[in-house]
Amino acid sequence: MPKQDVPRVRRPELVGLAALVGAGFLLTAIGARWISGPIAILALGLVFASIVWLIVTAVMGGPEARRRIAPYGLLKPGALWLALFYLAPLMTLLRLSLSTLPSRFAVDAQFDWNFGNYLDAFTDFGAQFQRAFLYAGIATVLTILIGYPLAYVIAFRGGKYRNLMLGLVVVPFFTSYLIRTIAWRSLLNDTGQVVQLLDAIKLSGLLESLGIMDNGRILQTPAAVIGGLTYNFLPFMILPIYVSLEKVDPGLVDAAQDLYSTSTAAFRKVVLPLSMPGVFAGTLLTFIPAAGDFVNALYLGNPSTTMIGNSIQDQFLVQNNVPLASAMSFVLMAIITVLVLVYSRFFGTEDLA
Amino acid sequence: MPTPEPTNTDDVIELQGIRKAFGDFVAVDEANFSIPRGEFFAMLGPSGCGKTTTLKMIAGFEQPTSGRVLLEGVDVSRTPPYKRNVNTVFQQYALFPHMSVSQNVEFGPRSKRIDKATYEPRVREMLDVVRLGEFANRKPSQLSGGQQQRVALARALVNLPSALLLDEPLAALDLKLREAMQLELKRIQREVGITFVFVTHDQGEALTMSDRIAVMSQGRVEQIGTPEEIYHSPASLFVAGFIGSANLLPGEVTGFDAGDAIVKLASGGSVRTRVDAGHQVGDRVSVMLRPERLTAGTDQPDDGRSIAGTVTELIFQGATTRMELALSDGTNVVAQMTTDTEAPLTRPGSAVHVQWNPGAAYLINGWPSVAGATSTDVDDVEASL
Repeated sequence: MPKQDVPRVRRPELVGLAALVGAGFLLTAIGARWISGPIAILALGLVFASIVWLIVTAVMGGPEARRRIAPYGLLKPGALWLALFYLAPLMTLLRLSLSTLPSRFAVDAQFDWNFGNYLDAFTDFGAQFQRAFLYAGIATVLTILIGYPLAYVIAFRGGKYRNLMLGLVVVPFFTSYLIRTIAWRSLLNDTGQVVQLLDAIKLSGLLESLGIMDNGRILQTPAAVIGGLTYNFLPFMILPIYVSLEKVDPGLVDAAQDLYSTSTAAFRKVVLPLSMPGVFAGTLLTFIPAAGDFVNALYLGNPSTTMIGNSIQDQFLVQNNVPLASAMSFVLMAIITVLVLVYSRFFGTEDLA
Repeated sequence: MPTPEPTNTDDVIELQGIRKAFGDFVAVDEANFSIPRGEFFAMLGPSGCGKTTTLKMIAGFEQPTSGRVLLEGVDVSRTPPYKRNVNTVFQQYALFPHMSVSQNVEFGPRSKRIDKATYEPRVREMLDVVRLGEFANRKPSQLSGGQQQRVALARALVNLPSALLLDEPLAALDLKLREAMQLELKRIQREVGITFVFVTHDQGEALTMSDRIAVMSQGRVEQIGTPEEIYHSPASLFVAGFIGSANLLPGEVTGFDAGDAIVKLASGGSVRTRVDAGHQVGDRVSVMLRPERLTAGTDQPDDGRSIAGTVTELIFQGATTRMELALSDGTNVVAQMTTDTEAPLTRPGSAVHVQWNPGAAYLINGWPSVAGATSTDVDDVEASL
């Protein structure tokens, strides 16, 4: 370390950290409206000053300080973005979830540490919560069962068609999520092609007894909602699994067979464990958004298949009960966080965690 | 299962008329040889000569188009790899990255459902043989290339296979480590006494390690023999040129005398050469002279064991001196001679007689495409980079 640089800036990395955390906190405070007016302007000035401070420290401190401060400088845009557009709204939401509406028609809620919203969220919407996690869970399992073999074939047997097949997986995404879901309505319609086909090949009886069809309909059944979730999130399962399978050296399968394993055993002992990071990532990418989804239940379901996403949307935009909706959002987030932590504890790999 | 033909039970592996074609391309053509128990056997040849395909047919990853593979006297031509008692050390090792060193080594015994009490001491013993006892709990990614190589060896040897197949196992190592591993492999082979079948494109490696070598070219086995046989009595021009360097002088057999052949060289003059069999007067042949067996003198001896030429280049290389000379028709000949300060060598431009001892010249069928000294093997140059 060059001696003459040390006295100029002591511990440049602490300067960087302080500037980052301080600016993030101030932006969150402004965004969450904890502070406003002239104080907010002063706070913005401080945020700006922290950036200047970082730059000055880097310039004055010489190469050594620049090297140590660089990570904080690089983190700054992303961190400030998150502070302003994620952390601040989250704080606002937390505050709202502990507020009370003075009357049924009031617009502004009063913050009064009202934990009753959380009690209401559990007692009034327990069924919707359960349904959301049940549907999302089934859809996730289905995407694994459908997506894994597909990813396997593309990765190991795709040959020169590999990119074409991957393209086909992604192609539906060129159409909007909403349009695709609504399109299923006309496909699954009571007089639509799917129902007619099932009737014609006498499969409707079997599906009826399995509980997939209900009184000759598919649309507006739980099966339709789960099917919609499965369809919409399938690519999020296929792509990460494909990426992890693609990295598996086919020579390892040869080696396993050389060491007295059948091809089934080679898959179980070598390929499957090596592709688990992909399954893990795909599960997160599928389960988390599916649990909060309201589009599929809205267009493919019926009133008794509403998921928690629908209820939150209803409370926010129709009932105008913003405090309750906020509390429900927080509960949803908390449950998902706990489930993901538990899941990663059991299935997570060191590569991903 | 068909009853095995009576075969020499000392032969672990026997290939009977093995042929492998991929569409129109014949990768291996009529390979016939057997490998006795405990031998260190090398298949040597340039890339694309069919050596790896032959190895894969022994391992079971490829099936011969025709012919039979016998393992311990039993036809295994259609047996899948996991039912054959041979194990492979792959070129890139193919260690299982999610398993520790000992889990990698246990993989074979566990697949065979051998109970833990039986295989555990064997795993430990094998890790000691390859000197990796302390690394049992490491992951392959935490090991150096040479250590990974030894894990691959232990993982294969722990199964006590009839034969161990090695596919260019040293190609991924750097030069120093490669030389050390050559001796290490030889030591391990002596210690465990298992037949090693080794595929390589590096002639130095094959000469150093093998008991016998099969030299292959374009799908055909050109010659099988001990390193000495292959070096001193190559069966074809390809073998002569591929193993070491050689001067190949085209000529015609004019007669035989006292077990030697008399050859009239295309470049002029007659020489005597050692000859094995099958040559007749009038045959178009080549006389092979290894550069290091040549000496230079100013007088012409009268025994038919010399050729006259003009020195074109003298390169002092320390222990040896390389002399390049041109024969009367311009053919380039190389002599690699012990440096001798007592008798100062002739200079470029002076006439010289290159001589050799009885037995140093050898007769090979056919004429080379370029007469004179062969260039050094390209693969060899590449491998040493």
